[in-house]
Amino acid sequence: MATFPEREPVEDIGLDETIKKLTPERIEKTILKVLNEESAARLKVYVNTCVHCGLCSNACHFYNSHDGDVKYAPVSKVKDTLWEMIRKKGRVDGEFIRKASRIAFTECNVCRRCSMYCPFGIDLAYLILTVRRICHLLGVVPQYLQDTVNSHAATLNQMWVKPDEWIDTLQWQEEEQLDEVVGARIPLDREGAEIMYSVIGPEPKFLPQLIGHMDQIMTVAGMSWTVPSLDGWDNSNMAMYSGDFEIMARVERKHYDKALELKVKKIVMGECGHAFRGAAYDGPKWLGWLRPPVPLIHAVEFYYDLIHSGRLKIVKKYEEPITLQDPCNIVRGKGLGNKLRYIMNATCSDFRDVEPRFEHNYCCCAGGGVINCGPPWKTTRVNGNRVKAEQFRATEAKVIVTPCHNCHSGIEDIVSNYKLDMHVKFFCEILVECIEIPESLKV
Amino acid sequence: MDLYEIVRGPLAWAALLLFVLGTAYRIVSMLIEARRDKVVYPYLSLKYGLRSLMHWLIPFGSVNMRKRPVMTVVSFAFHICLLVTPVFLLAHIILWDESWGLQWWSLPEAVTDVMSVLVVGACAFFLIRRIVAPEVQNVTFLSDYVLLAVVVLPFLTGFLAYHQLGPYRPMLILHILAGEIMLVAIPFSRLSHMFFFFFTRAYMGSEFGKVRNARDW
Amino acid sequence: MGEQQNWDWEVGERLVTDLAEWKKAFSDVYDEVVSPDGEKMGAIVKGEEGLTCCVNGSAWEQTYEKVYSVKFSPDNRLTAITMADDEWTTVVDGAPWEQTYEYVWNLRFAGRGGAIAVQTKGDDGYGICLDGKAWEAGFLQIRDYVLSPDGRRAACSVQTKELAEGDIFGFLEGGWSVAVDGKPWDRNFLNVWGLAFSADGAKVAAEVRLESTVYSIAVDGKPWDASYGCVWEPCFDPKNGQVLAPVKIESGWILACDGKDLWGRSFGQLWRPVFSPDGSRTAAIVSPSFGRWTMAVEGQAWNATFGDAVTDPVFSPDGRRLAAIVKDKNRWTIGVDGAAWGETFDMVWRPVFTPNAKRVLAKVERNGKFALALDGRVVSGEYDGLYDPVIGPEGDRVLVKALDGGKFYRRVLRLGDL
Repeated sequence: MATFPEREPVEDIGLDETIKKLTPERIEKTILKVLNEESAARLKVYVNTCVHCGLCSNACHFYNSHDGDVKYAPVSKVKDTLWEMIRKKGRVDGEFIRKASRIAFTECNVCRRCSMYCPFGIDLAYLILTVRRICHLLGVVPQYLQDTVNSHAATLNQMWVKPDEWIDTLQWQEEEQLDEVVGARIPLDREGAEIMYSVIGPEPKFLPQLIGHMDQIMTVAGMSWTVPSLDGWDNSNMAMYSGDFEIMARVERKHYDKALELKVKKIVMGECGHAFRGAAYDGPKWLGWLRPPVPLIHAVEFYYDLIHSGRLKIVKKYEEPITLQDPCNIVRGKGLGNKLRYIMNATCSDFRDVEPRFEHNYCCCAGGGVINCGPPWKTTRVNGNRVKAEQFRATEAKVIVTPCHNCHSGIEDIVSNYKLDMHVKFFCEILVECIEIPESLKV
Repeated sequence: MDLYEIVRGPLAWAALLLFVLGTAYRIVSMLIEARRDKVVYPYLSLKYGLRSLMHWLIPFGSVNMRKRPVMTVVSFAFHICLLVTPVFLLAHIILWDESWGLQWWSLPEAVTDVMSVLVVGACAFFLIRRIVAPEVQNVTFLSDYVLLAVVVLPFLTGFLAYHQLGPYRPMLILHILAGEIMLVAIPFSRLSHMFFFFFTRAYMGSEFGKVRNARDW
Repeated sequence: MGEQQNWDWEVGERLVTDLAEWKKAFSDVYDEVVSPDGEKMGAIVKGEEGLTCCVNGSAWEQTYEKVYSVKFSPDNRLTAITMADDEWTTVVDGAPWEQTYEYVWNLRFAGRGGAIAVQTKGDDGYGICLDGKAWEAGFLQIRDYVLSPDGRRAACSVQTKELAEGDIFGFLEGGWSVAVDGKPWDRNFLNVWGLAFSADGAKVAAEVRLESTVYSIAVDGKPWDASYGCVWEPCFDPKNGQVLAPVKIESGWILACDGKDLWGRSFGQLWRPVFSPDGSRTAAIVSPSFGRWTMAVEGQAWNATFGDAVTDPVFSPDGRRLAAIVKDKNRWTIGVDGAAWGETFDMVWRPVFTPNAKRVLAKVERNGKFALALDGRVVSGEYDGLYDPVIGPEGDRVLVKALDGGKFYRRVLRLGDL
């Protein structure tokens, strides 16, 4: 029997301090409430159907990156958390909750790759999210992730962005773009526009140029668009991942309320995967919508439409060897793999695809709220994705395109940790280099 | 009534009844419970459910099956033999004929013999895998060994009885009893994956295909 | 609006302004808006000196580095937020408010007096400036705000306690409250959202979060005795000042009145409760089953349900009828008293009832053109732009404000002729 190293201790007040306040009664009551009242057929059937075959194990990047360390096999993560809670009918202690929380929040990206490896199609990510829900109700959530959720609750955006900072950023980016392209205004709150554009909180905070790029793309393509100046502009949602579904729903509701109020035909969202998941599926589902009340278009699909229809003309190709990250939430989550390759090939002359790819691509290991667990858990995350580094290294590309914020940050860490000598870019950064700016729009 | 008559008569009835009613109960209660899980029915799609089932019922139809060729061959052989052998075994059909005058086509005895051996062999493979492969070992409980025994016993005893290895009549009684235990165990243990497979697979196929526009194999 | 009877209700058409003329005078014209009475069109214009606003072709004297949030007030004054020399302020009909700020945003109007308010960031923090009068104390941070119906008071969700980055325990102690006219409630909460004033402006209610997983409704800082798993925006009963709010209990969402179940039944979802003008009837947007939406009046859901959304419920003036925007299979139309109009559109706007409640009028969009639909039938020509239609006080006429070929027209039509 192979032996594997124990987990290194990691300090996180979100787990270490919070378990001190738990009582056995509270733990039991909370677990039973989630198991008996909040979940239904799927949880039961999944638990009763699993034949403990271990066939899901090689789906997981954590498992593969740790040379088959069994504790990272998807089924082991469920065994060490949910099965135990069920078996003991909720009578587990605080220490157990701490471990369960660590596993559920930092060692699983809820990327759903394992569901494609389980012969029964058991949704293991759903089971892990159920564990997270229990941990949230018990208040045992990694500190940084909880702080992000607190930001969502207080400000309805992910990064504690104040209302004036948001508008100011938009006006600043508009000013920059007006120097480049005639009429590149960012129309605020324009009722009746065709498109509402929404982004995630980190864009105004750290990457405002991405908003500028989208301004340029919208202007050159001649789109009728608008950006909300008030809350509802942020489409991201870490509450979905912390198990705080009430805050998750509040954030998504505001996002769609804004779109309905602005009377737009659709929402186009920036390059983010988890935000797509939250806004397209998890949020609407909790609120009672089978599908979003206003169609939601991910940036990749939007770029595809613009290039495919000829609204954007590609006059120059990006020449450096370039590869791609298939973000789980838009490829496994929306089947955008082909469109993603279409836009890559349209703009890049030396595109080198990854293997495995499409739905089978490995997660970046940052998604699912894992990167939001912050610096204490960075080593876990980076060590948990050696296979991603190997996958990129094999392409011998110089640039990696990541049409998702979590992927972008996570892969930057992987590039630096595994010394890959590659740059990580969003697709819009490539696109603005390649499109034709018509004479009439040149400043 | 001697022991043989008991296992052949009332116990067989009881086992069959428990199997049928138990299965019906498990499926119906799942279908009712699924209504509380608000997305299950709205997400279900015949087209994508069948698409997924197709990929997972055809050998090597999914990526993971191709990654694990030995496991794929063994588990398909196992499941096919497990289902086909008892139904098309000549000795079983004679029993159906004796009891109810029902008859159908049977497999040559040499073939069913080999198939029984395959089931037993596959079970041995699963057992070794449970012990040797760390990722399986780690999620193995006593119940997994018990279930394996429940599955292998009818075939092992059937094989021994057919070849009259060991005392015939006790072996035959043991065989019938083992078959009855397995029948009863199906709805009330993880062997219920026999029918839940079709539902979980169809649901996941639907969610991936209809809702998320993606493949799940 | 009380002044509506003073508007020009003479049947006929008038060219108000021609945007082509503006474009000759200015290098850029954008964000066009129209006054409620249809007498004026305003927009942001760019001239040689900089940006400013223009009304019916004549620009304000002063120019600015930045101008945004251009809107007409209910009493037809053009208002904008402007910046010059790094100082932001509010400008009303060309006249700037005296006080300037580091930043100004979220311009709102209220009341018959045409109150104007903005949110501000100044040296001493964040606050609200109502009709040029600023709140005394600044706050660490402010979020959403509301104005009382008479426009005299403002209430805002405010951060009352500094919170260090990553201080998850400090957050649980509560650092948010509601400030009314600049004075915060005595009590802090984890969060406050969804503020509402009572009809007389005397009381304020809000959604509050008491613990991480416990929510309630607070009125003037005092939470209800009952608490819930989740709540949505409260509103006041205009007749008796009671507070209503959608709250989540085990069986689903109910409409609670001061902590008690008002309708005696739950829905998969329930939000936006509204009152009839006399306060005698309540309605709310509900989801009777997963993925289906409709209106419930006094707890009775309409039979017709819609897959995408229901928004903007509007009671008739007599309170007997109810209309709302409905959307199914990505097509929009109007639902009235349980039945949707037969025709669907690319987009529809908030419906309006005639004063006698007999007819329902709405602005609709088809193939990029805008028109008016009356009781489900398109009754007007199609325009490039159309602004909210207004039915005259007598109920026999409708004011149509339309943009056609770059020209803005004001038309008064007889409803009977449509």
